[in-house]
Amino acid sequence: MRLPIDTFRLPNGLFVTLSEDHTAPIVAVNVWYHVGSANEREGRTGFAHLFEHMLFQGSENVAANEHFELVQRAGGTLNGSTWLDRTNYFETVPSNQLALALWLEADRMGRLLPAMTQQKLDTQRDVVKNERRWSVDNQPYGTWWEKLPALAFPAHHPFHHSLIGSMEDLTAASLDDVAQFFATYYTPDNAVLSIAGDFDPVEARRLVQEYYGPIARGTSRPPLRPMEVPPTFGDWRREVVPDAVMLPRLYLAFRSPVFGSDAYYAASVAGAILGLRRGSRLHRALVRERQIAAEATAFTFDLPKGSDLLVIDVTARPGVDPDTLEREVVQEVDMLRMRGVTQAEVDRAVALIETDFVASMQAAGERADKLSMFATYFGNPELVNEQVDRYQRVQAADVNAFVQERLGPDNRASLVYVPREDEAEAVSAADLAAMTT
Amino acid sequence: MTGIAAPPRPLPGPSRAYNFPDFERLTLPNGLSIVVAPVPKLPIVTTLALVDAGAAADPRGQEGVALLTARSLAEGTVHNDGAALAERFEGLGTALDASADWDSATVRVTVMTSRLPAAMALLAEVLHEPAFPDREVERIRQERLADLLQQRAEPRGLADDMFDRFTYAPDSRYALPDGGSEATVDALSREAVRAFYQSRYTPSATTLIMVGDITRESARAVASEAFASWSGPAVPPVLVSDQPARSSRAVHLVAKADAPQSELRVGHVGVPRLHPDYFAIVVMNAILGGLFSSRINLNLREANAFTYGAFSSFDWRRGAGPFAVSTAVRSDVTDAALREILVEIERMREAEVSDAEMSLATSYLDGVFPIRFESTSAIASALASLVSYGLPDDYFDRYRANIRSVSAADVLRAARAHVRPEQLQIVAVGDAAAVREPVAQLGLGPVQVYDAEGNPLP
Repeated sequence: MRLPIDTFRLPNGLFVTLSEDHTAPIVAVNVWYHVGSANEREGRTGFAHLFEHMLFQGSENVAANEHFELVQRAGGTLNGSTWLDRTNYFETVPSNQLALALWLEADRMGRLLPAMTQQKLDTQRDVVKNERRWSVDNQPYGTWWEKLPALAFPAHHPFHHSLIGSMEDLTAASLDDVAQFFATYYTPDNAVLSIAGDFDPVEARRLVQEYYGPIARGTSRPPLRPMEVPPTFGDWRREVVPDAVMLPRLYLAFRSPVFGSDAYYAASVAGAILGLRRGSRLHRALVRERQIAAEATAFTFDLPKGSDLLVIDVTARPGVDPDTLEREVVQEVDMLRMRGVTQAEVDRAVALIETDFVASMQAAGERADKLSMFATYFGNPELVNEQVDRYQRVQAADVNAFVQERLGPDNRASLVYVPREDEAEAVSAADLAAMTT
Repeated sequence: MTGIAAPPRPLPGPSRAYNFPDFERLTLPNGLSIVVAPVPKLPIVTTLALVDAGAAADPRGQEGVALLTARSLAEGTVHNDGAALAERFEGLGTALDASADWDSATVRVTVMTSRLPAAMALLAEVLHEPAFPDREVERIRQERLADLLQQRAEPRGLADDMFDRFTYAPDSRYALPDGGSEATVDALSREAVRAFYQSRYTPSATTLIMVGDITRESARAVASEAFASWSGPAVPPVLVSDQPARSSRAVHLVAKADAPQSELRVGHVGVPRLHPDYFAIVVMNAILGGLFSSRINLNLREANAFTYGAFSSFDWRRGAGPFAVSTAVRSDVTDAALREILVEIERMREAEVSDAEMSLATSYLDGVFPIRFESTSAIASALASLVSYGLPDDYFDRYRANIRSVSAADVLRAARAHVRPEQLQIVAVGDAAAVREPVAQLGLGPVQVYDAEGNPLP
């Protein structure tokens, strides 16, 4: 499988990637802005994400919420998302509606501010506060999203603070912040536009020129605070969080090689050997054999700068205390370091990753998003076609070198969720009930 | 601000035709049905085995056995133990995904074309020769109990389960979760799993749906090779009661101390999938709460900022699944949010929707149709619904015309017939002590408070 890829850059700096596929009359438009929560200033946690909400509140020629309505009326799907180091916006539409999707993205890239009002900001601030309550505060383990990066990155590191933001900082966000953030980061030279699917390349280029060409490039962006951190924590740090949960859960994190580096692929394979699907080590040992865990997975954050994180996520079975859970997980990690992995384990992991990757590339929106990602992070969307090869080149020795260097006691962060007292009582009552059968 | 005139808003070009993938049906001599849809875009194939063995077929007192059976299939066969099966599937770069919904059990694998025959042999082994080892079935059962325990602290799942319990009559299978409750899963045994498997998993109750880089001939060859030795009798149809718990409106508050939000579910028993009003209901629901620009979301989220999102849905099943409005709102606006939900539900029945609302819903549902079927797995799921509900083979070919033919009068008629304000069951999972009084003031009906296990509290 190889995606055809064409690229060009407008004089204002906008980088454009095109990938044709005419099997269905569908086209995806995807814009990555190279800005995320890492770019937020002190006292404005959550602003990048709040700003993402404001991009659906209209622009000079688009009324509030009309962006959603126009795309859905055209038979399209759409959304946006904010991450530590990027924000993306995307539409998948019937191919005869390509011009509309491009025009809508251009109108908000070039002419957002005339549509911004205090009332819209106040409404979206409350919507985001509700998003925080829903996804973080009122969700079991929901705070892990902010507690783990806070534990893994030093104070003032761009990845340290909360992506969804504190209620206090959300309250403080102003229309001036909106104007400044827009002028600084939402410029064509800080964006990648990808088009994937059923389109005519000559027509697409013409539309991009017409809609995006007149948008002025940015002036300057403040540099990020320093990203570099040592390759290991240098210690074993831990935080215990009593929470409204029924079962203990452990997040065990390791600093790992940045996304896209050679060593990243070995780290990603190590993660899959530990925790991808039922044949993985943690699932086999802790869920199937010893039956101390209800679930066990591992994954990487895929951060391309500073440091990536490899994270093990294991939930206890009822009746298993958090210390036992952590001891058993750590024993598996230590065993991995002591005995190493086999080539068969590497092959299993790579085969799974390959199938998942190919299956995901069926969707035009996924292809466009990957093109934008590789173009934003590395200036090279062709990397999408090298992913399977790079995984296939990983040898057991590469994985073993990674686990030796990065999974030791000097590079571990344990974030342990334990049931608060009232929940703990409910669990022991449930255990007793289960034992009587 | 940038001082450049914007280019005018573009109009759509001529649309290119789209056809749902052609598919063919075959039947093997042992009664196994096969549906093949060649989609030669990428070198992968999704195989979905659909078995008439969903949760609606759970025997009384064994609620949850359908799901436990499906999840136990790949945990050991007469030839391989569970660990060996996982290793073999995953060595082929795939993982077996086995589950059961209300109407069917589904076992699904997506694999690179070159590995299809080996994956099919394993899939056949799992369906035809499962051993249900004691230890593994017991483990899967304990994992389900752990899920249920987790649910008590998880407001969204808890609200869904409580809504079903308060909406359906106690003797309806739909009153309990499809995976069973703590009490019923506690009572399940390996013998119950074995008996359920023997009564429901037979070739004539199974359809093998194969989608992707495959031809009719190669599908027949690979399926015959893998499944020829499987035999078994026909399976009796399942009849499920979908009677409501009560005929009048009532409010059920489920206490979760100090919750910053109330998880709300407002609805009643809906309609079966094969109802003749299906398309009118789909369009009506899109306008009421199915789209971002629906009445309920624009009201609760964009006008009032009570919530991150609010939607409505009809849960389609062979029997009448629930109709429900779902949202999570800040605790101190629980009463105001419920009032607005009721207003929108009433308004849907009062007058015809506007032309703009009508055209938004129909052009969205019509236009988005091809986008729903970009992957082999999505196409396989669509074909599974066709088989499961017994829809005609030209169902997907006629879908878009059927959507376009719905009128505003049809929508009003559907709202009046299928949305019944006086029968709504109103469930809020949240800070019951704080919301009880303001909600009672709305005068929606009797208010009862429950603990997280559904026991009434004073």
